[in-house]
Amino acid sequence: MSRSSDPQPNPERPEFQRSADREVWRRKTLAPALERSAERAREFSTVSSLPIDRLYGPEDLDPGWEFREKLGYPGEYPFSRGIHPTMYRGRVWTMRQFAGFGSAEQTNRRFRYLLEQGQTGLSVAFDLPTLMGRDSDDPMSRGEVGREGVAIDTLADMEALFSEIPLDRVSTSMTINAPAAVIFAMYLAVAEKQGVPFARVAGTLQNDILKEYIAQKEWIYPPRPSLRLITDLMAFCAREVPRWNTISISGYHIREAGSTAVQELAFTLADGLGYVQAGIEAGLAVDDFAPRLSFFFNSHNDFFEEIAKLRAARRMWSRFLRERFGARDPRSCMLRFHTQTAGCSLTAQQPYNNIVRVTVQALAAILGGTQSLHTNSLDETLALPSQEAVTIALRTQQILAEESGVANTVDPLGGAYFVEALTDRMERDAMDYIERIDRMGGIVAAIEAGFPQKEIADAAYRYQRQIDDGEKVVVGVNRFAMQEAARPTTLKIDDAVEREQLARLARVKATRPAARLAEDLAALRRAAEQGENLIPPMLQAVRDYATVGEVSAALIPVFGTYREVSVL
Amino acid sequence: MSEERRLRLLVGKVGLDGHDRGAKIIARAFRDAGFEVVYTGLHQTPEMVVQTAIQEDVDAVSLSILSGAHNYLFPRVLELLREKRAEDIVVFGGGIIPEEDIETLKAGGVLEIFTPGASTDRVVEWVRSHIHPRKLSA
Repeated sequence: MSRSSDPQPNPERPEFQRSADREVWRRKTLAPALERSAERAREFSTVSSLPIDRLYGPEDLDPGWEFREKLGYPGEYPFSRGIHPTMYRGRVWTMRQFAGFGSAEQTNRRFRYLLEQGQTGLSVAFDLPTLMGRDSDDPMSRGEVGREGVAIDTLADMEALFSEIPLDRVSTSMTINAPAAVIFAMYLAVAEKQGVPFARVAGTLQNDILKEYIAQKEWIYPPRPSLRLITDLMAFCAREVPRWNTISISGYHIREAGSTAVQELAFTLADGLGYVQAGIEAGLAVDDFAPRLSFFFNSHNDFFEEIAKLRAARRMWSRFLRERFGARDPRSCMLRFHTQTAGCSLTAQQPYNNIVRVTVQALAAILGGTQSLHTNSLDETLALPSQEAVTIALRTQQILAEESGVANTVDPLGGAYFVEALTDRMERDAMDYIERIDRMGGIVAAIEAGFPQKEIADAAYRYQRQIDDGEKVVVGVNRFAMQEAARPTTLKIDDAVEREQLARLARVKATRPAARLAEDLAALRRAAEQGENLIPPMLQAVRDYATVGEVSAALIPVFGTYREVSVL
Repeated sequence: MSEERRLRLLVGKVGLDGHDRGAKIIARAFRDAGFEVVYTGLHQTPEMVVQTAIQEDVDAVSLSILSGAHNYLFPRVLELLREKRAEDIVVFGGGIIPEEDIETLKAGGVLEIFTPGASTDRVVEWVRSHIHPRKLSA
């Protein structure tokens, strides 16, 4: 990562003296040591195959590296060192474990358990049918109801999910994308029933449809009408639900799909730029919605690469907002983010080793300045986490927060030559991608051309080959493997969940105000045709117990559906 | 007698599960190993997969399932193959599938299940030794 084009050396300057000293070190100390015993590899690289040098010093920083421009102070532009002036000295990150399985009642019990254990925010995992905007009784949903998350068909399920959880006292993150607006409308309807004003409702919707086309592949409509739904939601929240984070722009799934760290950074920021552009094109003022955009990153095994990625993300986003979009409000320029440790890094072999991986990944997220964190459970390559495993995962965060001392100072790695050089490298490489995407006409055009999808598939295959060839080590899989005793006991989803959910849906359908609901859905479709904001008519439909599938389907005649052209 | 024709394998994603990293990696590994590969793309029903398998005249169907719906989807594909009198097309797969379910699935006719950590080399080797072109072996 050393510089290729040094400026003319000036013997008067301290940098020159340092370079000269380093040359002396190289000759006198390093060369004989290498003579005696070679390093353990010819080349070193990150988990994403970014080359890493032997040693970093001040001469490895970019020419003209300027403290004020690159780092500055926490809580100030460009936010490289963190978005709050005191960071975790003020308040530690929010410990937010993603949970959801089976029925709404079961998940409600897990939520209340986690809150009692000291968790500070909720995070809802929905089952696949819900994520795809389909009801439990849809033929495509067979075998999937309540399997990977909680099944939500109507407001009745949402009421059960948040039973005895006051919505003015918790913040809730909901991982849902294609039908995000429908689920959000249901959440607001629960708040209404609890007597909580919209202005006091706080939380986050993932609502990041662009990364669905890129990585996670849960969609309903094509990209452009999907973006309209999102800008409607941004406009509605700016007026009515000011504490709601409207989009959690997600690199997590991009990384899980096999991208490199640089690709995760680049494609996530490119998605973010796409949303800001869409908001502006929809007539919103950037400072009215940009402060409510948040991000969601992955934290993988390569400790410094992850820290550098997160620091680079903050600096790049603040520059884009100020320079490209003319944001004035500092909150528009702050990249706030949630982190989840990398599910794809965990192994089914020797699963208790995963606790250690998660600890390293969580530490990287903290040193990278995360606002909230989900630590994976040791058994997640086998099944959904058991209560015991999820407790260890939460305790891991609590030990880091309370015992390790890493939360006692702001950005402890700031100024470390390696970390700063790597941060700059991540920024440069991500910028190259973003410029390519700009030249393609922006992220929607790039997605339609299959560009990020192809880049990620290539990276995923490369990495798999590296593991198969033993070039990258996975402990317990391609090195230090052993015969194993019994696997940990995992959570089982009872097949009765699907039957009971179908019965509940049938009961709701039989008792809801059918005639009024038909009018609601017709009104929703008219609003879609006439370009009106879709959130108020959706809210009306879910109050009358419209299903997720019915609301989603009502827009298909206007919006169409999406089919992917598969790239191998 | 002419040389054995190349193996034709279908790589499929059934159900709503969008996690296609594994399916795409395995499809590429099969292609690199010299097999002919038909990749279905996402969100297929068991009916669609079986129809494609028959139309494309494949020797085996491999399914990648990470959604937990394996106990429904694998048996359904096998059942449809039997209904269409195409039970000589063998079925195998991979994904996040608990051990006790693997035993049940194999007892029900799934030839093999690969779980996280399986190398592509191992899967390719297994295919070479267990799957043979249908018409010649029939």
